[in-house]
Amino acid sequence: MRSIRAAATGAVTLSFALAAAACGGGSSTGGGSNDSPKTLTYWASNQGAGLEVDKQVLQPELDKFERQTGIKVNLEVVPWSDLLNRILTATTSGQGPDVLNIGNTWSASLQATGALLPWDARNFGAIGGKDRFVGSALGSTGAQGEDPAAVPLYSMAYALYYNKKMFADAGIARPPATWDELIADGRKISAKGKQALGAEGSNLAENIHHVFVFGKQHGADFFTAEGRPDFTSDGVVAAVKQYVDLMAKDKVIPPGNAEYAQNQSVSDFAKGRTAMLLWQSASANLKSQGMSEDQYGIAPVPVQSGTPGTGTNVDSMVAGINLAVFKNTHNLDGATQFVKFMTSDAEQKILNTAYSSIPPVKSAQSDAAFNTTANAVLKDTLARSAAALPQVADESQFETTVGTAVKELFADAAAGRPVTTESVKAKLLKAQQQMPAK
Amino acid sequence: MPSTSYAPRSPMAPPRSFLWSRRIFLTLLTGFVLVPVYVMVSSSLKPLADVSGKFRWLPSGLTIRPYIDIWSTVPLAKYFVNSLIVAGSATVCSVGIAVFAAYAVSRYDFRGKRVFTVTVLSTQMFPGILFLLPLFLLYVNIGNATGLALFGSRGGLILTYLTFSLPFSIWMLIGYFDSVPRDLDEAALVDGCGPLGALIRIVVPAAIPGIVAVAVYAFMTAWGEVLFASVMTNDTTRTLAVGLQGYSTLNDVYWNQIMAASLVVSVPVVAGFLLLQRYLVTGLTAGAVK
Amino acid sequence: MTTTTASAGTGERTVPESSPGAARGPRRTGRTRRIGLPYLLLLPALVLELLVHLVPMAIGIVMSFKELTQFYIRDWSTAPWSGFGNYRISVDFNAPVGDALLHSFLVTVGFTLLSVGLCWLIGTVAAIHMQDTFRGRGLLRALFLVPYALPVYAAVITWVFMFQHDNGLVNHVLHDQLHLTDEPSFWLIGNNSFVALLVVSVWKGWPFAFLIVMAALQNIPRELYEAAALDGAGLWQQLRRITLPSLRSVNQVLVLVLFLWTFNDFNTPYVLFGRAAPEAADLISVHIYQASFVTWNFGAGSAMSVLLLLFLLVVTGVYLLGTSRGRKTADA
Repeated sequence: MRSIRAAATGAVTLSFALAAAACGGGSSTGGGSNDSPKTLTYWASNQGAGLEVDKQVLQPELDKFERQTGIKVNLEVVPWSDLLNRILTATTSGQGPDVLNIGNTWSASLQATGALLPWDARNFGAIGGKDRFVGSALGSTGAQGEDPAAVPLYSMAYALYYNKKMFADAGIARPPATWDELIADGRKISAKGKQALGAEGSNLAENIHHVFVFGKQHGADFFTAEGRPDFTSDGVVAAVKQYVDLMAKDKVIPPGNAEYAQNQSVSDFAKGRTAMLLWQSASANLKSQGMSEDQYGIAPVPVQSGTPGTGTNVDSMVAGINLAVFKNTHNLDGATQFVKFMTSDAEQKILNTAYSSIPPVKSAQSDAAFNTTANAVLKDTLARSAAALPQVADESQFETTVGTAVKELFADAAAGRPVTTESVKAKLLKAQQQMPAK
Repeated sequence: MPSTSYAPRSPMAPPRSFLWSRRIFLTLLTGFVLVPVYVMVSSSLKPLADVSGKFRWLPSGLTIRPYIDIWSTVPLAKYFVNSLIVAGSATVCSVGIAVFAAYAVSRYDFRGKRVFTVTVLSTQMFPGILFLLPLFLLYVNIGNATGLALFGSRGGLILTYLTFSLPFSIWMLIGYFDSVPRDLDEAALVDGCGPLGALIRIVVPAAIPGIVAVAVYAFMTAWGEVLFASVMTNDTTRTLAVGLQGYSTLNDVYWNQIMAASLVVSVPVVAGFLLLQRYLVTGLTAGAVK
Repeated sequence: MTTTTASAGTGERTVPESSPGAARGPRRTGRTRRIGLPYLLLLPALVLELLVHLVPMAIGIVMSFKELTQFYIRDWSTAPWSGFGNYRISVDFNAPVGDALLHSFLVTVGFTLLSVGLCWLIGTVAAIHMQDTFRGRGLLRALFLVPYALPVYAAVITWVFMFQHDNGLVNHVLHDQLHLTDEPSFWLIGNNSFVALLVVSVWKGWPFAFLIVMAALQNIPRELYEAAALDGAGLWQQLRRITLPSLRSVNQVLVLVLFLWTFNDFNTPYVLFGRAAPEAADLISVHIYQASFVTWNFGAGSAMSVLLLLFLLVVTGVYLLGTSRGRKTADA
């Protein structure tokens, strides 16, 4: 009898001790140290055709870094499906990499956790100064008025990719510059029995990128200046409706695309099943799928007026990858050195060429590799007509709730149910109500 | 595979209606089971352009290319080894621990027995998502305090999975052990075996079919788990359950490679399963204690 | 009658005959009892359960009372207590969060009942049909275990492949070959996704029921059937009077674990639909996952999990009480 009580007491004590230990989760809140100066752990995002491709691209560069500094970098390419979860659990526990790639739209959300090293003037000084980077890319590194949470690494922008032969067959002379033209061209292509425009109706991030740009074109923002969600303004509703109507009303997006979530639309385009695609820096993707560069053309994404620019003529989000340093790093100096290395002109040229992205570093952009027609369009877009997604702490929730709303609207459109201003507004209202209360 | 022969259930031949119902039902069921398997096999032999196009029952051209490419698209061999180690160790440990616990519950009366069994049973209801993050924190903190690398290592995953299958294993084994007549352990005790000797020499052999069933269950639990593996593994310890997702890349979904890789990794498991299943059935009859 | 049947049987049962843990009076082995030994035998299991299940769950319950959003996850001891705030939001069914949770809960209940029912039915019917020897029985039995032996991801992704709108087998058969539908249907989005989820779940789940019932059928002594046959009982009567009653104790546990596993299953819906499931197939496990990991509100996610846990505890308790009592009266 006594032994049971003792055992029970022991068990309870043990559990409390363990619970208490866990409650201190991530309490190693220090601002990083230099305990292990000879190694770094680096989480790279999946930029190439597969995880192995990324390793082949990055490993030689990391070896170069090791030769220069004597610091060994342990690379792990984390699939997109796991990256955010891994970062979250690392944040919660304090056990994470030293340096990591983040999707640039996550910057403000991750900044709010306090897990990433702020890039103040001193830290920027160590990598050559803030001025080395393109302004638009810096616009997507964290909330305004705060030190950036990360440094731009690769920049990407949306463009209209079109199949030259299919355009010629349908008698279209030049790529559409306005949405009306795009719809008209789409009808001509459909008349030839082909699919006009590809989209990823079930991919939340893609949905967000597009409706954000449509929002800009309607002069509407998803967040107020104070950072409160504002999803049901007339402009936002019209923007979301215009995007979904490309399938529902204008019939240029085939209904089957409503269930796409794994970049099937890119593969459809590469295989000549659809004539147009709105995508970010797709060249490397298309090439690896066997579509050569002379088969397709690249043009700016249409805007209502026909001339991309600022304000309501924005035609792309600032897409890209940022490089961040985890605050709990055990090799702060090494991590900074590594960021400096990765953002150096030479590395920027190599890496951005490999991934068909645009360097966010001004001095690297002038390289001939980034002046091809394809890259010129992307570069111009980034420089002149791209806007950063809202830099608010709730960005991640916004992607989920509004992205899901658009997904559901696409499902309605695909099933032939009407998509009306009211139904769009209702979905967006529901999304807004699911945002965290302030 | 020859079927084990034992006497039919009833001495009379089953009526015609039963035979027909059997034929129809089993044919339909076989179709239901086989269609996806056929799709896997046929798709794994098609070129990518074929699998990402309209479905066709018969492949227009056959290629073994996917079976070569799977090894380079993702480090499949490494994931496979990881999965085998993790699932294998979790199974062995889970069964071992469950045998002891079930024996205690089956053969002894002690205080707290009911509390123990009810608690163990109730853990089956825990939604995984509720303790994913806490468990992760716990592992990290134990790691920080003791230097044991639980998080990110195979060890942590083994520990997690073995505990996942433990409750049901204990629960099932209690039933099996209860059905082994106590006279047998008594005899062993009289012969001078200790209680553990009786367990290992008498009870365990008599309950082999149950133990095999439990082992199969424990293995499959660890083999297929996605949620914890996605958070608790890294590059070097990633298991198949998450690793297979690598075939759906930023570029394209390599359907033919997904199917090929799924088949390659499933064949050994299915084979092992079938071997055990025969054994399990013969064990059920031969191991019977009358 | 059934109890004697089972325990006079050949000694193999898949599951205990009454609710687990019911200590039934002193046993003859009592004299071999040593105080310490049983605890020693239980110790490893106990420690592991504490480490992996109980302590984390306790932490999870603590979390559910905290405002654990992205601002606090880095050091969650600093997160403010929110009392029952997370719970209030979760059960406020007039507000969108609670409404969505309720919807997801109802979908899950419906899905689980259907899935478990079908798995059990198919598994049992198949096992009964395969009780007698016939040519090819071994092969079929092996074949039927394949869905259970495939890794979840491999199995489910194959179904995703088959359910595709444009290129999938299902639409090819239903629309192109059988012309049952005017338009190809969507299976992975919209309302049909519920059917898709159910089909996949049953395809993967029924072999387990089959395996367990098959093993239990082996233990029914042949003499019973022979005696019944001599009495002139037909096949149907033998099924009703011998087979089904003998399966009752196995069924009690089988149905319960199938229910719990299906209810909490995360792998299937997650692989099938990704992190944002369609409304019609928004199972609660993915819903809670989304609440915690995708919207970064671990407090709310934990509160929802605790509610779910309470529900399952109640259901299981009522189920065990109900079925045990039912059996006792039947046995008497």
